[in-house]
Amino acid sequence: MARRHKNVLPGFSLTLGYTLLYLSLIVLIPLAAIFVKSAELSPAEFWKIVSAPRVVASYKVSFGLSLAAAAINSVFGLMLAWSLVRYSFPGKKLVDALVDLPFALPTAVAGIALTALYAGNGWLGKFLETPGPFIGDTLSSLWLLFGGEADSAERLAESCAETLAGFGLKVAYTPLGILVALIFIGLPFVVRTVQPILEDLDMELEEAAASLGARRWQTFRHVLLPILLPALLTGFALAFARAVGEYGSVIFIAGNIPLVSEITPLMIITKLEQYDYVGATAVAAVMLMLSFVLLLAVNILQAWSSRRFRRGRG
Amino acid sequence: MRVLSLSVSLFLLLALPARAELTLLNVSYDVSRELYKDINPAFAAEWQAKKGASITINQSHGGSSKQALSVAAGLEADVVTMNQSPDIDVLVERGALVAADWKRRFPHESAPYTTVSVFLVRKGNPKGIKDWADLARPGVSVIVPNPKTSGNGRYTYLAAWGQALRKHGNDAAEARKFVAALFRNVPVLDGGGRGATTTFTQRDIGDALVTFENEAALIADELGSDRFEVVYPALTIEAAAPVAVVDKVVDKRGTREAATAYLDFLFSPTGQRIIARHRFRPRYPAVQKQFAARFPAVATFTVENTLGGWAAVQKTHFADGGIYDQIVEHR
Repeated sequence: MARRHKNVLPGFSLTLGYTLLYLSLIVLIPLAAIFVKSAELSPAEFWKIVSAPRVVASYKVSFGLSLAAAAINSVFGLMLAWSLVRYSFPGKKLVDALVDLPFALPTAVAGIALTALYAGNGWLGKFLETPGPFIGDTLSSLWLLFGGEADSAERLAESCAETLAGFGLKVAYTPLGILVALIFIGLPFVVRTVQPILEDLDMELEEAAASLGARRWQTFRHVLLPILLPALLTGFALAFARAVGEYGSVIFIAGNIPLVSEITPLMIITKLEQYDYVGATAVAAVMLMLSFVLLLAVNILQAWSSRRFRRGRG
Repeated sequence: MRVLSLSVSLFLLLALPARAELTLLNVSYDVSRELYKDINPAFAAEWQAKKGASITINQSHGGSSKQALSVAAGLEADVVTMNQSPDIDVLVERGALVAADWKRRFPHESAPYTTVSVFLVRKGNPKGIKDWADLARPGVSVIVPNPKTSGNGRYTYLAAWGQALRKHGNDAAEARKFVAALFRNVPVLDGGGRGATTTFTQRDIGDALVTFENEAALIADELGSDRFEVVYPALTIEAAAPVAVVDKVVDKRGTREAATAYLDFLFSPTGQRIIARHRFRPRYPAVQKQFAARFPAVATFTVENTLGGWAAVQKTHFADGGIYDQIVEHR
């Protein structure tokens, strides 16, 4: 009897059994199949496939850019969530709904739209790749506006275009384009995980900190950040995981140049196209293990940060 | 009672058409979508006239190799219509879905039409691109789909390789040098043929797009011939689109007669005319003559007669660590 009531909540064994069964069916068995299939290879063959120079380059692209995109989203997603929770402005509901759009949009559509925008002839790509003429034209029209002569305005525009000729930023068909796509698809995760925590956060906390003489930065660093960090880390982990597995949108904007802008999912698809199931699962297995290690690290960091926060409070 | 009768009638509604009507599933590659949209009603009308029964043909389109994998994995296709023979050979190897002698079941090695790799250049041909050698010149930018993920890209690569072989008296080292120089000029490797078309036409990237004749003609038709020109190189590759009945599936479903008639229709004068209208090169001489203006004569070679067949090509060029990998890894 005593043992039975060890746990206050009833149904522990039932829910645990259900959890294990469900996780096994949905997650573990399909993932195990990958490892079983890749076990058809000898360790030497496995190593040769997963350490080929192109594959290794693709890990760097995929994991490096996914981490960067998640980090960028953590900073700007937090700002977005902050302004959505703390301020009221016209069209706030609309902006709030916009945040979820990257979730709903088919990724191929996102990829094509971003490529159209950032390609050398796109709205944004035009200015980014050749900023000279744009800046020159703006300056010369300003010059005209303030009473300058047409002749010198023209010369100004020309010299501006000339000096800036070497300074272009290519986005589409470079790793930078991949980063843009990954930031796009990862944005909702950070906003949506941080938002509820911010909503629960009393503004009195900040006011109290301010009345005790804390500067704004100190309030953020010592009062807000410890509370937000666990949620922020969750958002970071989700955005990262989503970015690592992303294929549809990236493939259109990447350019897919070997050793430069090939992502790991493309290497897997490439192998499947050659009917090389085993090679594909080998690369997939490495990808899974790397992702698992990184996500585990984030989770440990999160547990540590929330423990520290609680201790600090109590 | 009402619920019961409702569900019974619903069941009948669902079950009846499946029993009464004969259906075929044609699993095909990406750019044949428009072609079969026209072929299917024409065949159904002929079948109706001959047999007095209606028939419905369902279509599935996607990347050629991906489609073949789906059929191998259990997608119940009665017929497969692909753009390269390895994608049917794989169905012989995996589960013996197709008989090994599929190439002898229909005329012309079971390929009702062919197409050739050509160049599309910008109006006026500002870079003066006339032949393969011009694509490898420094300062020329060429759009090619990724040979690793696209049949179109594989044909482009093999076209460049094969014509260089012929030019240099079968010297593989020279061919390799040429193809390497060409791929140094490729700024974007799109996943498929249509992606490459978009990059060239919508993003204005590249001086030339290497693609199939039918795709190039379609671009000129749809986007206006005032923006692009088609250039025929002196020598290029001929790509035959093979078809096959999926024996295991038709025997199970009892659709062999209809499936065979459907593929036969592709080789009939009516079928061949529809094919020619879609800018694929027909086989039937009378139809060839009728549409001669659309298909300029061009010297061609095939994977089988010049490059030693698909199995050899796959192994030496496209397998991991093959010549293609070596070329692009040391650009």
